[in-house]
Amino acid sequence: MAPASDPMVPTRYRVGDRTTETHDSVTLTLVPVRAALPTFDPGQFMMLAVPGVGEVAISISGDPAAPELQHTVRAVGAVSRAIHDAPVGSALGVRGPFGTGWDLGSCAGRDVVIVAGGVGLAAVRSALLAILAGREAYRRVVLVVGARSPDEFLFRRELDAWGASGAIDLEITVDQPTGDWDGSVGFVTEPVGRLSLDPGRTTALLCGPEPMMRFAARVLIGNGVAAEDVRVSLERNMQCGIALCGHCQLGELLLCRDGPVVDYATAGPLLHVREL
Amino acid sequence: MNHPASEPNPRLAGLDPEHLQTLLGLSRLVQFAAGEHVFREGDLARRLWLVQDGRVMLHTYVPGRGDVPIQTLGAGDVLGWSWLTAPHRWHFTATALSEARAREIDAAILHESSSADPAFGYAVVRALSGALVDRLQATRARLLDLYGEPDSIPRQTNPAAR
Repeated sequence: MAPASDPMVPTRYRVGDRTTETHDSVTLTLVPVRAALPTFDPGQFMMLAVPGVGEVAISISGDPAAPELQHTVRAVGAVSRAIHDAPVGSALGVRGPFGTGWDLGSCAGRDVVIVAGGVGLAAVRSALLAILAGREAYRRVVLVVGARSPDEFLFRRELDAWGASGAIDLEITVDQPTGDWDGSVGFVTEPVGRLSLDPGRTTALLCGPEPMMRFAARVLIGNGVAAEDVRVSLERNMQCGIALCGHCQLGELLLCRDGPVVDYATAGPLLHVREL
Repeated sequence: MNHPASEPNPRLAGLDPEHLQTLLGLSRLVQFAAGEHVFREGDLARRLWLVQDGRVMLHTYVPGRGDVPIQTLGAGDVLGWSWLTAPHRWHFTATALSEARAREIDAAILHESSSADPAFGYAVVRALSGALVDRLQATRARLLDLYGEPDSIPRQTNPAAR
């Protein structure tokens, strides 16, 4: 076993538990076989490797105060499917944590608006858990979550519990209602546009498909929130995790180091350049 | 997340205080019980509503699929646009999902007030257009099916970019 201080060498973790979230997403709880990796900041990501299959960047969805790691994985390719299918007791290689976090310290004393779509909720869950653990440090906290259909919400029971707790304002909405869904129908920008904001004291954390983040950022900025106070979690082809290989370059950013969380004043112009 | 009845509607934030007061002066506070229709598809469209609290569902009947929800509106939303253009008939049905309160405005009175004070009419049209554009953009975003499985979404090359 290589020393954990070498960021290119995976540390062995075992799948301690798995929770099915949707038809193609699971949350894996990973426990270290020996030494654990350093603690993470909400918003950072890990490189997860399946021996003989490959390695992929996955955001950390678990509680930053918990000793184990949690990752919520959607099976969309060979590696993510192998991780998704990893049974309890199987071993995975883990490198990290890498990249920038949501910088919750700068959100203290402010309103926090979190907008997540689809599997993007995974990357803001750790931030929300940290906020809830120190709820008194923040003013109003709003969580807007969008999904394609009612059975595609991640952390559904947790969402209901968060909403019922009164600690946050929760709005969940679907693009396509099915079954006996009696909740909201519409894109996430609609509940975001309805918010009465105190824009000078609002920080927004956005995670989801890139167009969703662009559209939500425009609504927030249109309602007076500064672009510097809107943060997006970007996804590119992260490989080394330490800004050496260049695969995750976006303009002058190397997103494994300068991201995934980037403020919209920086990210916005880059997201409109198709070739980047 | 709901707005108290006294709180200004964020969709009307662009109106100056005088025009906002004039608009609100044309309105009356109405209440809908859960399950009550606000309007029905095909009926004459004579009013619009500024939703203050509660939720309202727009829906339509599709043979074979039943009553299909299209969109949910809540506090801060403008409900009802068909009064703007001929044939002035509701395109969909609106039903309160929960007890809901709204500021109801008679379209004919709004037309009259706008004709009498074009500056007021222009300001209202600008504010309502903003709400309408937001609705249109959100509907377009839903058409993108952004949360779908990447492999399940048919790909098409943009004809304009070929």
